[in-house]
This record gives sequence, structure tokens and C-alpha cells, in this order.
Amino acid sequence: MALKIIESCVNCWACEPLCPSGAIFEARPHFIIDPKRCTECEGDHAQPQCAEICPIEGAILNSFGEPVNPPGSLTGIPPHRLAEAMAEIRAR
Amino acid sequence: MELKVVETPKEQGGCSASSCGGSADQLAHLPEAIREKVKNHPCYSEQAHHHYARMHVAVAPACNIQCHYCNRKYDCANESRPGVVSELLTPEQAVKKTLAVAANIPQMTVLGIAGPGDPLANPERTLATFRALSEQAPDIKLCVSTNGLALPELVDELCQHNIDHVTITINCVDPDVGAKIYPWIFWQGRRIRGRKAAEILIAQQQKGLEMLTARGVLVKVNSVMIPGVNDEHLKEVSKVVKAKGAFLHNVMPLIAEAEHGTFYGVMGQRSPDAAELQALQDACAGDMNMMRHCRQCRADAVGMLGEDRGDEFTLEKIEAMEIDYAAAMERRAEVHARIEAERAEQERAKASGGNVAFVSLDSLRARPQTPKALIAVSTQGGGVVNQHFGHAREFLVYEASANGVRFIGPRRVDAYCSGDDTCGEAETTLQRTIKVLEGCAGVLSAKIGLPPWEALEAVGIQPSGEYAWEPIEEAVAAFYQELLKGGHLDQRDERTREVA
Repeated sequence: MALKIIESCVNCWACEPLCPSGAIFEARPHFIIDPKRCTECEGDHAQPQCAEICPIEGAILNSFGEPVNPPGSLTGIPPHRLAEAMAEIRAR
Repeated sequence: MELKVVETPKEQGGCSASSCGGSADQLAHLPEAIREKVKNHPCYSEQAHHHYARMHVAVAPACNIQCHYCNRKYDCANESRPGVVSELLTPEQAVKKTLAVAANIPQMTVLGIAGPGDPLANPERTLATFRALSEQAPDIKLCVSTNGLALPELVDELCQHNIDHVTITINCVDPDVGAKIYPWIFWQGRRIRGRKAAEILIAQQQKGLEMLTARGVLVKVNSVMIPGVNDEHLKEVSKVVKAKGAFLHNVMPLIAEAEHGTFYGVMGQRSPDAAELQALQDACAGDMNMMRHCRQCRADAVGMLGEDRGDEFTLEKIEAMEIDYAAAMERRAEVHARIEAERAEQERAKASGGNVAFVSLDSLRARPQTPKALIAVSTQGGGVVNQHFGHAREFLVYEASANGVRFIGPRRVDAYCSGDDTCGEAETTLQRTIKVLEGCAGVLSAKIGLPPWEALEAVGIQPSGEYAWEPIEEAVAAFYQELLKGGHLDQRDERTREVA
């Protein structure tokens, strides 16, 4: 049972000081969670702290490999609107 | 009877010197002690920004809130706006960079920490930088800019580190408005959304503002003008923050492009145009001293406002620099003394009417409808008209009328992107420049080439190179008279009155 940071992490440091288990480490190309130490904050917090402050949708996965913050959940941008806008920019 | 056009005659009313930023001295109403603090701060004093430089060090990457105009994923070397940086620094690297810039750009008086996240969401990194700099570089003013969420708990520590200027970004005092600007905040271990999030953020901002002013710390309030969301509401914000002791209100235009990937950019929220921004600033000015020369800098900007010399001070380059800060401080003191002597000289010349254009009161009475006109100026600092038209990356826009000359704001040619054709910008620089100068009756530069001259005249903007090296406000006043006499303002009357 552990969370995982993936490549969309922007290395903003927000999560690192919040981890009650000292499981988050600065690394390149992005921060990593030591799965042996991660407790998903059980016993310390109601919600896993790294996923609670992370500003990037999809950057943290739960133990099933699913994003804790799925597309649209943090920015409020509906995923289809983002896809349309990006397609329009690419077409220019 | 004659009247100096640079002065505001009392009987004209409607625009007192204290609230109408940009005339002779926008900070004139402030107590002497505060004026002394801000007189060489480029971000706080419109006059100082012609002479002094500032820098930001990007030591604060984390943020504790999300704003709809911000995207934490974005980083582009061609971009110039808040929240964007090229490289993150440790506090040690930030101190070294600051000393290097101070030694090489002696006009640099101010070091700010503004991001790219929220400085107070990174208290260790931010405070470590301030602690070291207050010891090693006592001649540099330290500033911090924050969203205010973590401010109340850090006020006392900030006061210990010689920080006497704080900027709080306050976009609303009504949680219903706030819910449309902030999708979430991180508060006491939880991500909180919607109206409740805005309620907490607003309460923390207001508490922080009160605590700072109670301790004698100067507070500037930044607000982002978002048409249809908080534009009308910002008049209320201006009243509230002034009542709580903020000394300056800076209303900035929203920057929103789909390319930035922000909520507002993708969802098509529009930015205000120059006339809308000016109208709101004027409406707020009735309640508060307004700032109009903000350039919305990057969180790692270096140099005079409107310029960025960050490329000269990359980590690689500063590692190779040897800095004797004691010697640098002496040189800095000399440069600052010289600048102050120049400013005093310009003030004396203005006071004695040296370069001031005169207009008789009779002629004004005979023309009750004397039009207002916007006049753009290209300058590279020093408070004089001294930049070639073709080199201008931005123009300072002044409003001239029978009441005098007042500063309206900067307009940037690169419009937040200095990218070349690869960015998909098909317009030429000249086309962009002319679009930026829309609504202006004339433009003053040190020199203007023939092709741009003809293009400007074709759209009704009168160029002039006759005022090269003259002090800006005097030059604008004299050029205004020239345009008035030449009949250039007659046909523009309707259009400019709308803008002014």
C-alpha cells in the first residue's frame, strides 16, 4: 500500500515537507515516494497529504495505479475543453 | 494670467494630487517616514521606477492555493508574467545571485521573493534567504509577495528579517466572488474547495493585512482585474484595504491565453483592454492611491521594470563571478547619490518652470472642451525620452489635458511573449506596436525611422523625435500643446474622450 509520483510531477516541493513518514525524496527527473515508507498517511491524516496539496492532476497514483486527482478535478477545466483548446493550438 | 500645464489647478477639481497617481508625485500625501522608505523603490514609486532596478529570486516553488489564472506546469523562456521562472534556486544560490546582481547593476535597490509558488508556503526557504541577505547586504530592501493564506502565522518572523514591504494579492472580499477565482486551497491538512475555501482565504488575507499595518509594515495590495468576475467588485476591495491601512493598490489586467493552459485561458475568459483597466483604476483612485506602472514581472526577473537581464545571471555565470561586496556597496552608494542628485536637479528644473510649457488661462476658457489626449513615450530609464522607437519593448502612456499630465500605465509591445515566428506570431513587430498604441494621439521617441513614421501617421498617431533627452512629463506637456495648436486633437476628440 503506497502512493506513487509519476513523470508529470513539476518538482514544486509542496508535498515533501508534509509527509508524516519521510517517504518523499527530491530526485531527477521528478520527486519520488519510497514505497516501503509510504503509509498513505493512515493513522496520521484523514487524507494522504501529498495528494491533498499536489497541484498537478494525475501526478500521484494510488495503489491501484489510478490518479488520486483525475483530469479536471483540480483546475476545474473539463477534459474535453482542454483537448479542444490544445487541438486548436496545434492546428495554428 | 498664465498657468503651468504640469500642475493641477485647484478650481478644476475632481482629481486631487493624493489620489491621482502619476502626476508630479503620486505619493505626496504619505507621511514623510513612508515616503523616505519608498522613494527609491521602483515597484512602489512611479518616479523611482525610471531610475532604480529590482530583482526577484525564485526560491519558493510550492503553493498552497490554486488560482484560475495560474498554471503550475508552465515554464517558457519567452514568457514574462508572474509564476513563470527558468530555474529554481536554493537560498544559498539566491544570496549569491543577489550579491552578483547588486555588484553589477548598482541601481538595483530591491530584492523580492514572489514565487514561482507562494513565498509563505515555503517559509524555510524564503526566510533563510531573507535572513542571509539582511546580514550580508544591508543596503538592499527586502520584499515579499503572497496570496496571504499563511501570512498571519508568519508576520512576526517576517518583521524580524528587516522586511518592511509586503504585497498581498487580494482579488476579492466576497466569498461568492472568490469561489469563481480560486478552485481550492490547502488548509490544515485538507484541500478545501468552493465558497468555503474563498471564505478562509479572505479571512486570512484581511487578518494578515491588519497585523502588518499594526506593526508599521508597508502593505501594497495587488488585484487581478477579471472582466465579469471581479471588475466591479474591486472598487469595494479598494475601499476595504485602504481602510485597513494598505498604502497602495495595484490593479493589474488578467493575462489569459489558451496556450498558458490556465482555467481562464482555456475557458475563454477575456482580459480587459487598456481603456477598461484605466477606467477601473480611475474609479478606485477616488478611494486610494493607485499604482499604474506595474509590469507584472516574472518570479525571477532582473533589472529595471520592463526589462529582464536574467540571462546575464544564470547559475552557471554567477558561480564564476568573484564578488567583493564591501567594494560593491561603496560603488552602489555613489551611484545612488548620483541618481538622487539627478532627480533633485529634474525637480528643480520643473519647479522653476525651466522646461514647462505654458498655456494661458484665457485660451483654456475659450476652449471649454479642451480634449484629453493619450501620449506614448519610449524611454530606457532616467525619466527622459531617450529610446529609439524601433527598440521600444514597451511604451509609457500619459494623459495630457488642460489639467496637466498624468501617468496612465505601461503598454507592452511583446504582449507577454517575446517569442519569434516559431511561436506562431505572424504579425510584424511594427504592426504589433501600432496595435499597442491604439487610442494614443501621439508618440515621443528619441528617434523614429521613416517607415514607422508613415505607418503611425496613417492611423492618426502623430510621432515626434523633437523631444529627445527631455524630461518625460515636460515633453508630454509641450507635445500636447503642439498637437492642440496643430489641430491634431480636434478630429480625435470623440474617440479620445471615450478612452479618457
